[in-house]
Amino acid sequence: MKHKIMAMAVALGLALGTVAGMGGAIAADVKALRDTPVNAADKAPDTYKVQDGVKHERAYRQQPPLVPHDTAKYEIDLKVNQCLRCHEWPYSDQEKAPKISDLHYLDRNGVRQDTVNGNRYFCTQCHVPQVDAKPLVENQFKPAVTGR
Amino acid sequence: MTNENQTPEAQTPAVKPKSILAEIWGLLRRPTARWSLGAILIVGFSSGIMFWGGFNWAMEMTNTETFCISCHEMEANVYREYRGTIHDQNRSGVRATCPDCHVPKPWIYKIKRKIQASNEVLHKVLGTIDTREKFEAKRLQLAKNVWTSMKETDSRECRNCHTFSAFDLSRQQKRAQARHDEAMEEGKTCIDCHKGVAHKLPEGAFNAERELNETWNAVHRK
Repeated sequence: MKHKIMAMAVALGLALGTVAGMGGAIAADVKALRDTPVNAADKAPDTYKVQDGVKHERAYRQQPPLVPHDTAKYEIDLKVNQCLRCHEWPYSDQEKAPKISDLHYLDRNGVRQDTVNGNRYFCTQCHVPQVDAKPLVENQFKPAVTGR
Repeated sequence: MTNENQTPEAQTPAVKPKSILAEIWGLLRRPTARWSLGAILIVGFSSGIMFWGGFNWAMEMTNTETFCISCHEMEANVYREYRGTIHDQNRSGVRATCPDCHVPKPWIYKIKRKIQASNEVLHKVLGTIDTREKFEAKRLQLAKNVWTSMKETDSRECRNCHTFSAFDLSRQQKRAQARHDEAMEEGKTCIDCHKGVAHKLPEGAFNAERELNETWNAVHRK
């Protein structure tokens, strides 16, 4: 019995070792699109400055408007949403910031509420800032023209 | 009371026995016959330096980040939130740690703040915020305390580094330019806008901010 278990353990170890060795061989042969070998860590991406004060056109009608400023440091959690400090009424008037559309105040039954509804609360899920980065891969994307 | 001097044949006015205070006063007033003026001066100066220096040294010991976060109340709450913010980590590694923002630099205000801190020691002993829940419950009040004192001092601790008159608006981003220009005209102070820069905001922060501004303006702007 003991010998059997030992033999199985050795066989398993050998099998795993072979697979691991082959894995290494495969990794060296694979040609990846990125510069780094597939089994190495990616190098850190370049950093770009957020485009501040730039008006971004929408690419299609339903697109959530893009944010013309950095949002990385804003606290958006259960306690506080710092976006609302400028974009919710009455702050939007004081701060001369775009007012949140009334659609964000509808609850899931379509009833108007007085506060931004939970399902639209996390602004940065849809509204994101843009950096001045060139596309990584050339493409022929063109914005939609519906309704123009 | 002794009555040795009150015998009728003495006829001198009664000499009152000296109290301890009077004796000490006498000792301080009486010129010494044993020590030279030079010795007294040398000993006086050097012990003065030692005590004064020692006092300030000990006070500076309580003015370090390490000291602040030696209490878990500070380490587990406000310090962890501060980690990674612009005042903790940035391109050039210039840091503003706890005492840079929360303890005044001028000596007289520093002493005042340090005396106030004895109240914080009391609450450390009482365990007022010794759990996360207790801290969160008290957080709005604590934040309001700091906002109010920052408003009262015209954000003195911010301005130790951020000198308003040295702002080069032309090198700021468009929005910052406009808002800083406005703030200078209106005589606003840093904390009016820059809340929650190094720590998370408490729940109800915006309402508290509005109330604070209203009461402040009612008193200070007529």
